[in-house]
Amino acid sequence: MKIQRHGAVLGLVAASALLLGACGSDNNAPTGGTNTSSNAASVPVECGGKTKLNAEGSSAQKNAVDAFVQAYQAACPGVDLAYNPSGSGAGVKNFNAGQVDFGGSDSALKEGAETEAAAKRCQTNPAWNLPLVFGPVAVGYKVSGVDNLVLDAKTTAAIFSGAVKKWNDPAIKALNGSATLPDKDISVIYRSDESGTTDNFQKYLKVAGGWTKGDGKQFKGGVGEGKEKSAGVAQAVGSIDGAITYVEWSFAQDNKLSIAKIDSGAGAVELTAESAGKAIDGAKIKGEGNNLVLDLDSIYGSKAAGAYPLLLATYEIVCSKGYDADTAKAVKAFLTVAATTGQAQLADAGYVPLPKAFQDKLLTAVKAIA
Amino acid sequence: MNDPVVAKRPAGSGAAGAERGVAAAPTASEAPIPPTPEAPVTTKAPHVRPGDRIFRGLATGSGVFIVVLIGAIGLFLILQAIPSLGLDNVNFLTSREWNTTDPTNLRFGILDLTLVTVVVALVALLIAMPIALGIALFLTQYAPRNLARPFAYVIDLLAAVPSIVFGLWGLFVLGPVLFPFSEWVIENLGWIPIFAKGNVNVQLGGTIFTAGIVVAVMILPIITAVSREVFERTPTMHVEGAIALGATKWEVVRTTVLPFGKAGYVSASMLGLGRALGETIAVAIILSTATSSFGWSLFDGGSTFASKIALAAPEFNDARSAGAYIAAGLVLFVLTFVVNAIARSIVAGHKEYE
Amino acid sequence: MSTNLADPQRLATPPTFQAVSLSRRIKNGIATGLVWGAFLIAIIPLVWVLYTVIQRGFPVILDGDWWQKSMSGLLARQQGGGAYHAIYGTLVQGLVCAVISVPIGIMIAIYLVEYGGRSKLSKATTFMVDILTGVPSIVAALFVYTVWITTFGLGRSAFAVSLALVLLMVPVIVRTTEEMLKIVPDELREASYALGIPKWKTIVKIVIPTALSGILTGIMLALARVMGETAPVLVLAAYAPFINYNLFDGPMASLPLMMVNERNNPTAAGFDRIWGAAITLVVLITLFNLLATVISRALAPKTK
Repeated sequence: MKIQRHGAVLGLVAASALLLGACGSDNNAPTGGTNTSSNAASVPVECGGKTKLNAEGSSAQKNAVDAFVQAYQAACPGVDLAYNPSGSGAGVKNFNAGQVDFGGSDSALKEGAETEAAAKRCQTNPAWNLPLVFGPVAVGYKVSGVDNLVLDAKTTAAIFSGAVKKWNDPAIKALNGSATLPDKDISVIYRSDESGTTDNFQKYLKVAGGWTKGDGKQFKGGVGEGKEKSAGVAQAVGSIDGAITYVEWSFAQDNKLSIAKIDSGAGAVELTAESAGKAIDGAKIKGEGNNLVLDLDSIYGSKAAGAYPLLLATYEIVCSKGYDADTAKAVKAFLTVAATTGQAQLADAGYVPLPKAFQDKLLTAVKAIA
Repeated sequence: MNDPVVAKRPAGSGAAGAERGVAAAPTASEAPIPPTPEAPVTTKAPHVRPGDRIFRGLATGSGVFIVVLIGAIGLFLILQAIPSLGLDNVNFLTSREWNTTDPTNLRFGILDLTLVTVVVALVALLIAMPIALGIALFLTQYAPRNLARPFAYVIDLLAAVPSIVFGLWGLFVLGPVLFPFSEWVIENLGWIPIFAKGNVNVQLGGTIFTAGIVVAVMILPIITAVSREVFERTPTMHVEGAIALGATKWEVVRTTVLPFGKAGYVSASMLGLGRALGETIAVAIILSTATSSFGWSLFDGGSTFASKIALAAPEFNDARSAGAYIAAGLVLFVLTFVVNAIARSIVAGHKEYE
Repeated sequence: MSTNLADPQRLATPPTFQAVSLSRRIKNGIATGLVWGAFLIAIIPLVWVLYTVIQRGFPVILDGDWWQKSMSGLLARQQGGGAYHAIYGTLVQGLVCAVISVPIGIMIAIYLVEYGGRSKLSKATTFMVDILTGVPSIVAALFVYTVWITTFGLGRSAFAVSLALVLLMVPVIVRTTEEMLKIVPDELREASYALGIPKWKTIVKIVIPTALSGILTGIMLALARVMGETAPVLVLAAYAPFINYNLFDGPMASLPLMMVNERNNPTAAGFDRIWGAAITLVVLITLFNLLATVISRALAPKTK
């Protein structure tokens, strides 16, 4: 009604229009100073091809992909990659539908319908599963006065299936000789959304801890309370005394949860990049040739001293052949960078850098993409 | 009102309000009608102007379009849901189980989902409806004008807050604040089933109670905004008539504003309810899922239809498992319709001012 | 409007009349108290939510980079970057959706109020719109995915997002517009017909302008709702951390999607971005609201 108000509104609108009109910028490179490319390894990267790649899949590897993209941009100026962390199922679906250049999934393509659809998408060439990102899953807890908890797979399975209900249960006491454990109920927190973390956690318990509740992306323990996403479970455990959950390492760290050590038979092992790397070293590949499908049982069942076996491996699902020339070139360049210089940033983001032997296998596979 | 040829009506009620210069939307009394009512009386068969035909066609076409579109959505849902329903190994309507991990042994039922969805929406609506009515009346009838306008803006602003923010607010801010209150209620009123200790940890606040309050806050702006617009249009003559008869303010509201705005208010509430039933992200973030089934307590956890679908959608990788969720979406479709049909019949029962 | 009934007591109590009885005064008092009470109760959560958003988000958007840069090439834990890519996406997706939905929604409402009467089609349309109000966004998104991508074989794009948003926006516009058109007094229409004005012109020039401010309120509510939607963008366009100007190809971010994306980020930087994106969205929609107010004032029928 008042002229002044109109003026002010128009001014605001005009100002915001100007702001948006003054074209935005994608350039976030730090001005001068340290650059990740300075400590680049000797691997030569053939840049080129498509400048903007699309990928989609598991949210568990999202922060690792961010690190890869940064290294990729340092190696090949002017390129970019969009990673949509919508979930492994969506990643596979959209890869097979040809909507993205590669998919990210926390499980390899299932033989049958999935591999067939993938082969169709790759112009009748097989798709490969390349395990590029390894993220340890922490058994995070919060119990006042307890910060050096040791668990083994069997006890963990008992806790997450409701067989062990108190923190001072004899089963837990037996593993933590000296610690004083409170007479407190255990509040199990699990993921309410379907997630690869739940799937892998249950698989681990099945292989190593005699878990009989079944696996899959829904939590089957039959006890506790579900919260949405890693952020939700980590926050929940952080806010009640006596809670325990399984969550990606970085979330446990950033939410200041205590992380249980795992005793696989050769003494308690703390979760570190090194101990997790050791478990990857012992991993066997069950895929053929360059299709590097992991035999997860070999990791989960590992009894090697100093190895932390509870890992979540995420695959990049790529076409062995059948990309157009531009896409193939860019995908190869990205994966090469990811497997080499990109690894440098991973430990800070809560992932495990690839051991050398594994890195070589991956690079061979990446090179073979045509 | 559907016939354009109504020329013979005398210019009766025209003069009364025209001179008053009321600062309001024009009501019937204020429409200027020049004193030439006799002009175009035709005895020929009604001639339809091309403009009318086009406009009518467009309007009708839009109606047809929406019918076809929703028919298509319904068809899509049914086509996706039927194969899975055929594979369901438990009763779809009465089972509380939900296990779709193994596509060859699907076990899913919607009883729990339905109950939780309805209870969350009801809690939200029971809180939001009276308050929204109060605010709408306050802003249109009671508030000093210089207070009404800024607050109307604040409430509109709330409609601009994305639902994920409401979710995070409920989780981080409201949940902890409600905890002492919830605990007190459980301790002192726990003998009433709906206030009993639920199947989730109250301290985390992931209860139907918290979710209901947050959803109420989310639908409040919608109900308020639409009701406000309707109340504002109460014919001035009605209001002035009531005042002239010596009515108190409340009597003015009760005898003119409320009857006039009732249909609009109910319609607005249904719009809010639709949103409450279908609310996804906020509910998914706040509401804890529980391993035991819903036990009629406000302090239970659980999943609503929409949150269940949203929590699983990223990992859909088998048409049979996905179909189970789509079937749940279909039930939500039906549920929304039933509620709306009830509301429409309520409105139709009070037609006096339409 | 409310100015007219400023003080009913004074009008009602000239000396020749009896005073208002006690019970009526008490009722009036109670009602006044309740209305004020409702208002005060409602203000608490409303202000609280806004305060939370402002308190956590405001420092983030003060940075000039926020409005001019994207998130391209940043690590999760690195501060910096901006939301330009998401702001652009939100605006474009929202506006394209509005351009499609507003005419359709208003025409449907016109059909229902002015033409439909009690015909079968009219009932069917009401029925369908009712159902559409309750469709969760994820279902709308999956539907569009099936039609647009699986059936037609077209790529994912921001335009597909807009189409899914149309499904969410239309019912809100129809329901609100319908209510606003219904309460336009019939006398106005009849007066117009009496002047020999065609029906369509009566609707366009008399009925709609009379109901305009209400219709705009509905449109703004609907726009606010769709601009805050996540699921359709996640399913139909995918998140891109860089700026994508192309409406018809490639992934494009939006503010709500950026927030969902940053929930995968456990660090403080992620938290900042979530609340920064939230307040940015609120600011954008506020601007639209103000714009709508200006338009409705400019186009409203002159009453003085």
